[in-house]
Amino acid sequence: MAVELAIKDQNREVALFVSRATTLFVLVVLLLGVLILRLLDLQFWDHDTYKSRSDDNRTRVQTLAPARGMIFDRNGHLLADNQNASSLALVGERITDLPQTVSLLTQLLDLTPEQQAEIQGRMSLNRRADKPMIVIDALSQRQVARLAVNRHLLPGVQVVNQLVRFYPYGEVAAHAVGSVRRMTLDDLSSVDPVQYSATSFIGKRGVEAFYEQQLHGEVGYQKVERDALGRVRQTLDVQSPNPGQDLRLHLDIELQQASVKALSGKRGAIVALDPRSGGILALVSEPAYDPNMFVSGMTAKAFSQLSSSVYVPLFNRAVNGQYAPGSTFKPIVGLAGIATNTTSWDQTIDDRGSFRLPGQERIYRDWSWTKDDSGGQGLVDLNRAIYRSSNVYFYDLATRMEIDDLVRFAGAFGLGHNLVLDIPSASPGLVPNPQWKQGAKNLPWYPGDSVNMSIGQGDLLATPMQMALVASVIANRGDLVAPRMLASISDGSEDTQQSLEAPVKKIGAETLSAEDWENMVRAMGDVVHRGNQGFRGNGTAWAYIGQDIGYRMAGKSGTAQVVEIRQGEEYDEEQLSEFDRKHAWFIAFAPLENPTIALAVLVENGGGGSSVAAPVARAVLDAHMQLQQARRASGKDLAVVAR
Amino acid sequence: MSNADFQRTLSPYDAAATSGSRWYFRLHIDPILVGLLAMVVAFGLVVLRSAVDGNEALFAAQVQRLSVAFLAMIFAAQIPPHFYLRVAPLFYLLGLTALVLVFFFGVTVKGSQRWLEVPGLLRFQPSELMKLSVPMAVAWYLQRRTLPPSLKYIVACLAIIAVPAVVIGRQPDLGTGILVFGAGFSVLLLAGLSWRWVVWAILGICAAAPLIWQFVLEGYQRRRILTLFNPESDPLGAGWNIIQSTTAIGSGGLFGKGLFQGTQSYLDFLPEARTDFIVAVIGEELGFVGVSFLLTLYLLIIARGLWLAAQAGSTFGRLLAGSFVLTFFIYLFVNVAMVSGILPVVGVPLPLVSYGGTSAITLMAGFGVIMSVRTHKAW
Repeated sequence: MAVELAIKDQNREVALFVSRATTLFVLVVLLLGVLILRLLDLQFWDHDTYKSRSDDNRTRVQTLAPARGMIFDRNGHLLADNQNASSLALVGERITDLPQTVSLLTQLLDLTPEQQAEIQGRMSLNRRADKPMIVIDALSQRQVARLAVNRHLLPGVQVVNQLVRFYPYGEVAAHAVGSVRRMTLDDLSSVDPVQYSATSFIGKRGVEAFYEQQLHGEVGYQKVERDALGRVRQTLDVQSPNPGQDLRLHLDIELQQASVKALSGKRGAIVALDPRSGGILALVSEPAYDPNMFVSGMTAKAFSQLSSSVYVPLFNRAVNGQYAPGSTFKPIVGLAGIATNTTSWDQTIDDRGSFRLPGQERIYRDWSWTKDDSGGQGLVDLNRAIYRSSNVYFYDLATRMEIDDLVRFAGAFGLGHNLVLDIPSASPGLVPNPQWKQGAKNLPWYPGDSVNMSIGQGDLLATPMQMALVASVIANRGDLVAPRMLASISDGSEDTQQSLEAPVKKIGAETLSAEDWENMVRAMGDVVHRGNQGFRGNGTAWAYIGQDIGYRMAGKSGTAQVVEIRQGEEYDEEQLSEFDRKHAWFIAFAPLENPTIALAVLVENGGGGSSVAAPVARAVLDAHMQLQQARRASGKDLAVVAR
Repeated sequence: MSNADFQRTLSPYDAAATSGSRWYFRLHIDPILVGLLAMVVAFGLVVLRSAVDGNEALFAAQVQRLSVAFLAMIFAAQIPPHFYLRVAPLFYLLGLTALVLVFFFGVTVKGSQRWLEVPGLLRFQPSELMKLSVPMAVAWYLQRRTLPPSLKYIVACLAIIAVPAVVIGRQPDLGTGILVFGAGFSVLLLAGLSWRWVVWAILGICAAAPLIWQFVLEGYQRRRILTLFNPESDPLGAGWNIIQSTTAIGSGGLFGKGLFQGTQSYLDFLPEARTDFIVAVIGEELGFVGVSFLLTLYLLIIARGLWLAAQAGSTFGRLLAGSFVLTFFIYLFVNVAMVSGILPVVGVPLPLVSYGGTSAITLMAGFGVIMSVRTHKAW
């Protein structure tokens, strides 16, 4: 209580306060001095460091993707275009709660569960957290608008506008033109990372893949001012990208459409060539796929459906499907027989419908053989052997020939090699020979192998592309012009179009005369046009396509066995499962005298070559003739690329 | 009980004041202090104009708040000091009760429970009021004692200060907790707390630092302190603020990039550019010159405030006014030091400049009290 009662000395307390206040004021001045020193440190002594750091913060160099070159058909129809598309991109480092972001996006964009899973999946694979990762392609305008309105709720979510591929003809030209696909990490390692730093699609199939370098163009740069969220506020400096070069293909999209129509949904392939230039006029493989799906994005499920279908729509039958050529191989065997002087155009044999190698039990049948009627074509020469497709004639011819001669001759037509100049992935097929058989099967070459090979069976394999080339060589009377997709390339200015020279090779230059070739052409013409000759006198295809035709063509059918039919048994289509039925082939060219088109048609498990494949070939040829006539009439006939 | 405090006394510095009843004495304002405050507020509004980046509504709201703050100052100045003395204990207890209520019924904003809401009526932070009521309570407690205070009273004062400071720090609102503690402690310093004890206390805290680190600080607080020493360790997380604010200030240089030209703030690199980090905008756009100008204004306000406090007619008035001035300094020092990267990031606004109303009103009310104790002589 003593303290309570003590008299307070006001003057002393005032003096104490003044002393304290003064001391504290000095402390305040000292502390402010610390702040001033710190500011000098930042703003004067280290100013340059912070200045450059601020500039660095502010500006970024962005790469600009070049516009991909466009692809046209021979008549200027656009086959591969670029369209503006909005994609949804996520910046990993700016997203704090991915599941929440995804659920919000789901509400806004009506995402399917698959798409949600896709986003999660892509983000988990994201390689750079600071770069926008595209997770959904092809947003609708409505979706873009919704995102814009809710932008503040979605940090790290961006709408990226980019040019993406559009294939106006969709499935029709899918296997011919190919397609681009979103780049993967693997792709990045195989290209110039600088040139592709802004590119999100790369050619993956067909022309798009082979001419990737020309189509891609050169990357551009822009210096931009960005805010802390990475959004561009203004562009400071631009170096525009150089667009890729445009391609003009030999492809005739109208003929391509007609070819697809001619197959009318059957599984198979059509390859049509211009024999003079080697240009590929049509390249069809059915079933096909919509290449736009690879651009606009498809779910993993859709892709697995596409890639696991038993009908393999992604498989390019036209260049990768390898089949026994069957009787379409016979013209090669015949010409080989002439070239090696094993036979002549006059020499005949008696075809009784069956053939037996000397000293062997096994009987080789003609295609016309049935259990009830021993068949046979009677007296046949090479001409008749072609238009009647006599097996026995060729059995006999092949067994009298050196197998190596036949193998070499088949190779000269391109069998066993990929001669297509700009489809490196095309399959080479297989021309078996004794060394191959020893190596692959550890068995010697039997005479029976030559017998099988003479009718295009056994181990012999060829693609529709290769058989179209065979047709083209015969159409050219021996001149082999390598097939190619590309007609010309341009970088946009008209003067720089470069046409490409196609190499030409003469087959059998020393051994086959012009007359020999004409005889073969005539025999193949008879296949179609020889009619009203009574029993076993008509060309095999005449009944199906030769009766109402307005122009002259040549052709050869083939029916290739898929499974071996046991001795003494008859081929019964009904008893065989879908994939065991015979493949139907037809090779043809037209017009007979001055061919402008040569083609091969294959219908997988389709049955008879003449009955199934020949009408398809005829429809394609009809379309070609009509198109040519119409274009000539309207003056739109663009000069055929000279060889 | 001594009635000494209620006697009218003249301080030695009071001569000028008695020489006449000037108009501003009758209005209970100090024109110099008001003028300096107005300059700071005007400067702040100019900078805010840039920081709001064209958002007129935000700017208008701030002008409105500052007007209210000025009115609060004038109102507080009209109330005679003995009223403050009388209500000080009640004010303190009410504030403490409110803090406890916050603890149980408070509204959580941004992960921190600071707000008390009377639905439909008002929403306020009791912790903000404690910045005024704690120094008032300490001054009230000490004004009856002989100064300098003995150990017993010092301990009592520390209790008065620590209870609300700790509660606020646990909300968690470390910034306000520090300010409340600083406000109360500054009364003790002004009352003559022995410097020797202050030094011992500081040494003691240093010795206990490892324990504080381990048991008192929360994870995010520890991270902020670590970040201070090495902001690059987490450039996109805790270090982001410091990197961006020092970059903004440093890039401003001596004269700045010019008003409205700050790329760091304009491009949103600078977080909280309108509120706690506004000094970085000043540093970037107006440079060293701009920040120094503002600090000079602050220094003049502090000098004038202490001058006025020293002329108060009572111990209570002197202690209260002096502590408000020092609290004002703690505000600005912690803020500028934090933004320039020499103190960890705690949520303390730049007084009278940062966007936001509550602290401006509290501070201006404090200045009103300072002017009140200077201009009310007859009590």
